[in-house]
Formats: sequence, C-alpha cells, structure tokens
Amino acid sequence: MLVAPNRPLDDLVIRGARVLDPVEGVDERLDVRVDGGVITQLGAAADANGHRVLDGDGLVLAPAFVDPHVHLRTPGREDEEDLVSGTRAAAAGGYCAILAMPNTDPVVDSAAVLGSLVERARREAEIPVGFLAAITKGQSGEELTEMGELAEAGAAGFTDDGKPVREPGLLRRALQYSAVARPPVALHCEEPTLSRGGQMHEGVTSAELGFGGYPSVAESLMVVRDLALAEYEGRPLHLLHLSARESVEALRQARTAGVAATGEVTPHHLTETDEAVRSLDPNLKMNPPLRAEGDRLALIEALRDGTIAAVATDHAPHARHEKEVPFESAPFGVTGLETAFSVLHTRLVEPGVLPLETLLERMSAGPAGVYGLERPRVAVGAEANLVLLDLSATWRVEETGFRSRSVNSWLLGATLRGRPVATVAAGRLVFAA
Amino acid sequence: MADVHPLIRDELLPPERPSRRHLISIADLSREEVERLLGLARAFARSLDRDVKKLPTLRGRTVVNLFYESSTRTSSSFELAAKRLSADVMSIKAAGSAVDKGESLKDTALTIGCYDPDVVVIRHPEIGAPHLVARHTGAHVVNAGDGKHQHPTQALLDLYTIDEELGGVENLHVAIVGDVLHSRVARSLIQGLRLMGASVTLVGPPPLIPRGIEAMGCEVSHEIDAVREADVVYVLRMQKERMQAGANYVPSLREYTARWGVTPERIRPGQRVMHPGPMNRGVEIDGEVADAANALIERQVRSGLAVRMAVLYDLLTHGPVAVAAPETLEVA
Repeated sequence: MLVAPNRPLDDLVIRGARVLDPVEGVDERLDVRVDGGVITQLGAAADANGHRVLDGDGLVLAPAFVDPHVHLRTPGREDEEDLVSGTRAAAAGGYCAILAMPNTDPVVDSAAVLGSLVERARREAEIPVGFLAAITKGQSGEELTEMGELAEAGAAGFTDDGKPVREPGLLRRALQYSAVARPPVALHCEEPTLSRGGQMHEGVTSAELGFGGYPSVAESLMVVRDLALAEYEGRPLHLLHLSARESVEALRQARTAGVAATGEVTPHHLTETDEAVRSLDPNLKMNPPLRAEGDRLALIEALRDGTIAAVATDHAPHARHEKEVPFESAPFGVTGLETAFSVLHTRLVEPGVLPLETLLERMSAGPAGVYGLERPRVAVGAEANLVLLDLSATWRVEETGFRSRSVNSWLLGATLRGRPVATVAAGRLVFAA
Repeated sequence: MADVHPLIRDELLPPERPSRRHLISIADLSREEVERLLGLARAFARSLDRDVKKLPTLRGRTVVNLFYESSTRTSSSFELAAKRLSADVMSIKAAGSAVDKGESLKDTALTIGCYDPDVVVIRHPEIGAPHLVARHTGAHVVNAGDGKHQHPTQALLDLYTIDEELGGVENLHVAIVGDVLHSRVARSLIQGLRLMGASVTLVGPPPLIPRGIEAMGCEVSHEIDAVREADVVYVLRMQKERMQAGANYVPSLREYTARWGVTPERIRPGQRVMHPGPMNRGVEIDGEVADAANALIERQVRSGLAVRMAVLYDLLTHGPVAVAAPETLEVA
C-alpha cells in the first residue's frame, strides 16, 4: 500500500517520444496527454491546450520505476536521508514509487510509528512511498509485531530487513499470520553464525586481502530454509537482495514447484564482483557483499528468465564521516536510487546482455507485482506514472550531482550512458532535468 | 579539505597501481623494485658495520611513525632506521594520543599532515588504514602492518634474510606453517616469494588456511610432515586470542602444538627456520628449534633495520627518477 503525497495533479503533453511499455505491448512514437494526472490520450499530435509540453524527441517514454527496497533513514537518521531528500532522489532516478524499510530508529514496529510516517509522507514526500513494517518487535527476532493492526495502518508488507529471522519457528508464525495482515513477508537471508566477522565475499579475493569472509552459503542456506517454510505454509515470500548463485537456483526450483516466492536483485550485484573490493573503497561494502563472477552471471540469467522479478536498489545512505574510515570500520550499504537505471543500461543493456524491455519490466511492473501494487502503465485511463529516458546521454557520477543527502555511491567517478530526464509520479511531474 | 577526497581517490582506484610514492602492499611491487630495495639494504647493512653508523642522507626530512597496535621490533627498527639516516622522527602511539579521545583516523592524518611529514609509517588493526592516510596527507606512506592484509617491510626483510643466508630466493621452497588466516605476514610473504620465483607450501589446520588462498600461487597441506621437503620453514605466530574457548579454529592450543608445533623431530638437520616474532615458545615453535644455529630469527631482526633504511631512502630519493646502482651508493 502506497501513501501518495497531497499535491495538485498536473496537465501535461509529452511529444514525440518512443513510448515503450513492454507489458502493454506498446512500442511506437506517440504523443501522450495527461489531464489531471491521468493519461487521456495516446496518439499522434495531441493538442497541447495550454498544458505543459515536454519534448520527447529522441527519448524513450516508459512506465516509471518502482523501487521495492529503500532505506529512508527516517525516523532517526535524518542527517543521512529524509522523506524529502529520499523521494527527490528517487524521482531523479525515474521512480514513481518506493518502498521504505523499517530498520529505522525507532523501528517501524507499531501503528504509532507507522502512522506518523504516513502522515509525514503525505505532507513531505515528492512521490508515493510505501512503508514496510517489522516482522518482530524492535527487529530483535523474538516477538511478532501486531501485524494486523500495522496492515490496517498501511504497512506495505513485513520485513526485518538488515537482519534475518533467526528462529524458523518464529518465521513460521509470521508466515501464517501474514494471511490476516498484508503479504508478502520479505526476508533478508543470512545465517549469522556463518557470516559473523565477514567483511566481503569469501573467496580468492578475501583470502588474498585478508578480510573476514562472508560465504555465499550464509545466504543460500537461509534461502533454502525460508523457501521450505513458505512451501509448507503455502504463503507468499519475497527474498531480498539475492547475491549468490545457489540462492537463485533454490528460488528457481521452488517457483517451479509452485511456491509463491519472488526475489529481487540490486544493480551492484548485477554489475560488480568481489574483485572490485581490491580498491578497499568502503563504498563497495554492502550486505550481502559483492560476490564472484559466477554468481553475477547467475543473477543476470535469473533476472532475464523472470526467476528474479525485481531490481531493487537497497539504497542505503550513510553519513560521510562513517564511510571515510578503513573498510572494516565502515557500515554496510551504498546509495543507488539515482544511478540504478543508468548503470544497468550502460553495463547490461548496451552490451546486449539484457534487453531494454526486460530491464524496464523488472524495474517497474515486476517490483509492483511483488507487493501487489498497481502496475505503472502507459495506457489511456491509467494514472500517469511515466519516465522519460535519454538513452544516449553520457554523464559522470559526481558527489555534487546527488539529490540524496548521502554520497556513498559505489559508482563515484564512473561514466554512464543513459539517464532519466523527467519523471511523472502519481499524476505529477516530479522531476525534469 | 573535503574536496581533496575525490581527486586523490582516483589515484587509488584499480586497475592503476597505487603511486610508487607509497609502500602499501607487496602486490604493488615489481621484481625489479624488490631487487633494487634488497640491493639498497645490502649497501646500508655495510654502513651499519662501521663504528659511526649515522648517515646524513635524509637530514632535514621528517618521518612520523603512527602506531595503533603494539609493536616492538617494527616500531623500533623504523625509528632507528630513520635516525641512522639523520631524519627527524616523531613516534605517535594510539594509546595516550587523541585517538583515545575518539579522533578518527582521517582527522589524525589531517593533523599530522599539517606538519608536512615526508613519510608516515603506519601500523593499524584495520585493512586499508594506510590508503586512508595516503588519501589525506601529502606524505609518502609506508604500511607497517594493516590488519590481516599486508606487512610489506616484514616480507622484504624476510626475502633479504633468505637471499643473504641461502644465496638467493629463486627456486627455493618455503613452507609457511600456522595461522595463515589471520596473518598479514603470510600474505605479504607469499606474494614476495612468488614474485622472486620461490615456491610456497602453506601448512596448518584447515580452519586457519583461508579458502581460495591457492589462487596466490601456493600449495596447501594440512600435514606437518610437508615442511620436511622445504628449504626454509617459516613459522607463524599463533595468536592466543584466536585459540580461546569458543573460537573453535582449533579444538585447543594443546592439540595445535601436538599436531602443528615445529619441533626438532619435525625438521631436517640443518633446515633453516624463520619466525617473524614475537614467538610463543612451546606453542608454534619449540625453544630448541628457535635457538638452533640454523635458525634465522635474530638475523631477521637485524635485517629489518637495513631493509627499513632502504625503504625510507628509496621512497625519498628514488621516486620516479632512476638512481645510481645500489652497489655504488655513496654512504659516507
């Protein structure tokens, strides 16, 4: 469930863009007219009629993106991100909706905390936001939250993201109870006794650098356990930020067997490996860690064949001083809202590894489907959720270019090709370059 | 200073090698560079045999030793090496400094940088600390040990010792015994030995040999008998804190010593034995082995001084400009 900001809706005409909505089966040069935030006309030569006109010549117009995994750091760490900066960053990244994780301070584990966030989002957010609530109180893995009341108060789903649900018995209860709350239960899969002390993927690079290893089996073991519980209970499950080949194989097998399981993957796991950590740059430290090339290729294949339904940024802002320390002292997490499409377009679509249509679907309809949200679409009668993409724009990722309050991007200094130039979210023009 | 960060950061990103102004990892060195450093060390070792040991070479230069971990031989030999070369030396220990008051490494680096030191020698419990100091000061940075990552001057002094005592490093076989997982000494030494054409076998309990380490070009054995074939047995320090109950790397110190301790029975007569110190006699190394005539342990310490003089000299005088052959070095 999304919380839309209380703001006036826009009248727009977008002229001459290549309209590309792979789910609707649209791929042609069209004018799109939006009246009062709703798409009213798709065709040639739409009448501007005093509407704001965006020139789409040479650009692609697609359903805007949905990010199922964002850390907005509010409440508690507004110095790192808040509802305004986070949603502005998302708008600049082409997103019309984002889902915020509940590992804030305090944790989103009561209707009171959730309610205040919902209120603030109505006033402050630039684009619609959904708030996930915790599975356990304080994310301590001991006691279930009041999932029913949280669902009524607007929780978009449930997760203890950042931490695994260690006890299988408790996870089983959460899965059962999610039937009267709001599915899915979204899980961070990490067996803590295997990942303890881990700074990066356990492999050739960690052996050489001397870092404590965080082996892939720490993730895949938990994935297998969680899928078994979901199968037994017949309840939907969403696997957060998958990183390992074995995890993906387990998910594929479970889906084939009819388990209602979905998965997501981040741009960094799709485009980088543990080799990158040789630079010792704390902006390459995240949980789960960058893994080996075989894992990366398995993730791409799973995204291509639909085993993984969604691209998620796991946008995790951190204060500059917390990342300007040796790798081992740095917190896990990197930002990603403002670079996700660009880096995937540059490194997967342009080299021909992933079709553009597939990327657009996995960044929009895919994640919307995971959380039962309305799919952004380019169709008459639909709420306008649109992104205008310049696929040939070449740009360099710089600290000064971010709308996010934090600059802990793993792509600083990189040159990327393709970027969103305008975003319409819930009927409002929220970003125009 | 905030805008310094992205500029210098580019310098540290792969695939470009870190600037030669720093000695951070053996992986950054070529064989020629190692040979040049060993040649310089030989020249300095000769100067240390004189009655008056001080050389004017680095007069007016400033060397800061920044030690965040306890150290006897590394800190003392860096300090003495700088003094032998007539540099001004300032040694800062984390205990008793602003670090105790919660100062970050970046701020300490910025503070020290204000004195324009020529060289900062840093030892730190965390991997990458020397890179951070390199990013935030204009000094040449020497890594005196960063976490479990690298200890390049130890590897250089070990190579120097082997070279001097066995007449070369190429084609030798070195067995490294013990806790490789937690050892920066082992990582630097493996790279150094491989670079110089020696072969390496790692010997130790399976949980203390990191998965994937073979990719560094070494063999792995879990049996202590494997050391007998080697020309040199290099014994790593067994860190007692790794052996506490519950750590479960090995069931007990007793079992470690029983199976992997280097005892007189387990080595060949005359086999060369090395240890980076400090030793736990009776744990990883038997006292009789440590004190035997064929042990090179004290020799290693003596080499440390000449090698560290060579490193400081090389960083401050060599740079990107070619220098005269080390054998003809003016040491008056």
